[in-house]
Amino acid sequence: MTTLTTLRPDLQLIADWVAPASRVLDLGCGEGELLAWLQQHKQVNGYGVDFDVNNVVSCVKAGVNAIQGDLEAGLAEFEDQRFEHVVLSQTIQAMQHTEEILLEMLRVGREAIVTFPNFGYWQNRWQIMQGHMPVSDDMPYQWYNTPNIHWCMLGDFENLCAKNHIRVLERVVMAHGRRVSFLPNLRGSLAFYRVGRG
Amino acid sequence: MSNLSSSVGIVTPQHADFATPLPLNSGHVLASYRLTFETYGTLNAARSNGILICHALSGHHHVAGRYSADDKAAGWWDNMVGPGKPIDTNRFFVVGVNNLGGCHGSSGPSSIDPDCGQPWGSRFPVVTVPDWVTAQARLADRLGIDRWAAVIGGSLGGMQALQWSIDYPERIAHALVIASAPKLSAQNIAFNDVARQAIITDPDFLGGDFYAHGAIPRRGLRLARMLGHITYLSDDGMGEKFGRMLRSGEYQFGYDVEFEIESYLRYQGDKFSDYFDANTYLLMTKALDYFDPAKDYGGDLVAALKKATASFLVASFTSDWRFSPERSRETVKALIAAGKRVCYGEIESVHGHDAFLMTDQPYVDLMQAYLDRVAEEVNA
Repeated sequence: MTTLTTLRPDLQLIADWVAPASRVLDLGCGEGELLAWLQQHKQVNGYGVDFDVNNVVSCVKAGVNAIQGDLEAGLAEFEDQRFEHVVLSQTIQAMQHTEEILLEMLRVGREAIVTFPNFGYWQNRWQIMQGHMPVSDDMPYQWYNTPNIHWCMLGDFENLCAKNHIRVLERVVMAHGRRVSFLPNLRGSLAFYRVGRG
Repeated sequence: MSNLSSSVGIVTPQHADFATPLPLNSGHVLASYRLTFETYGTLNAARSNGILICHALSGHHHVAGRYSADDKAAGWWDNMVGPGKPIDTNRFFVVGVNNLGGCHGSSGPSSIDPDCGQPWGSRFPVVTVPDWVTAQARLADRLGIDRWAAVIGGSLGGMQALQWSIDYPERIAHALVIASAPKLSAQNIAFNDVARQAIITDPDFLGGDFYAHGAIPRRGLRLARMLGHITYLSDDGMGEKFGRMLRSGEYQFGYDVEFEIESYLRYQGDKFSDYFDANTYLLMTKALDYFDPAKDYGGDLVAALKKATASFLVASFTSDWRFSPERSRETVKALIAAGKRVCYGEIESVHGHDAFLMTDQPYVDLMQAYLDRVAEEVNA
């Protein structure tokens, strides 16, 4: 088991939102870097879910509990209100069942942490004005091979929350690893939301 | 990368005789019994590196290695157990045991009842998964193993691993439950009953006491095995391997073997009926049918698993319809609800239920990664 000292900036921001010794579910957990860090630094009790068996293997190596599963099929393996935090990091824009997963997250958890690339970022708008679909560090795909099918901007996500009576508890917008507070929908490339039913 | 070619080499089975009576689930008591087992690797000074391999319906204690230099077949899980393999005998002390009621050296229907000097036959009591686990725990005592680093099994073997975590929570650090289920479905019990009926209605079965008459219910065993085999393979896997291939290339318009799949199944059935005991087959299928650890907890598997302290690896295979991924997910769901440490892999495979004996790469990788973690935890 390797000891992780530094996290990717976007994962660090999520980690900062997680309460010590809480129960965490990380959806689309990849190689388990967030949970491994949280286990070592915040003593959380966590599970990751990932579609790819190779990621499950990586999680096992990292000492993270990983459940292979398809988020599109819902979270049937998890009972109601099992977790304090449910994380969906840069995945919601690639999901078919966008609204359903948001509801499922708040069924199994008290709070959901959702992050996504902000389509309203000025560089994206600039590329569209030049006549092309945006390609960037946060959105590194061409239009013909992108897994991202449900793009949104800050207001769009907030409208979806409002429609489902979900409250935005906290919002952070970042660009180049730094927080953006002035004109976030224009100047921010990554959006972070902490939402709940409270 | 694991080295799948290295072997534990020449192995010799051992026997342990137990004189302490074993009370069984059925209410019967086995006054004395023998367990036949094999071990590979070395028990470390802390006695912390023991791994128990539990076998499935037709398995036994001969898990790895060969009995002689010219032995054609290696143990049934030789591809997973050995030096440098996922269940690494350089690090772990691995124990394979033939379960009670078996026909490979442990006390069972075909062994001699010491009370009368005759084969037990129909008088051998029906044993259950919890009975096996109790017997295995006594073997662990005999071997000086207080706590297994892991108990591992596929199918019926996985049921034993799960039962271990419930019955002896303090004696098992990890349970690896592969291609298994928390209880059989009606369909699964139905398959078992057809197999049993094939055996019981064979005129040579003679109520289970065929040994004295020099008879063997071969036809029944053969049919039971053929049926079982169909359910262990997937439609796609069978199609890929045999398709509609004919042995002679032409229809013969008769009832002899024509399609390759018929030939394969008959061969498997014949081979099986040469070495497997009919009563053991009945008993093993009954142990499968009865397995239901939630039963004592009002059907609540979460409650049954509450006192388990082990960590779990659950694995299933996409084309396994006899023990489908859905059934493994029931186990996973209960383990999560009970707050246990669990990893779950759903391996893409065309090999059906038999995949747990194969080496699909993600499966080998998952086992390797998990057992590395086990080794690290127990200082193996």
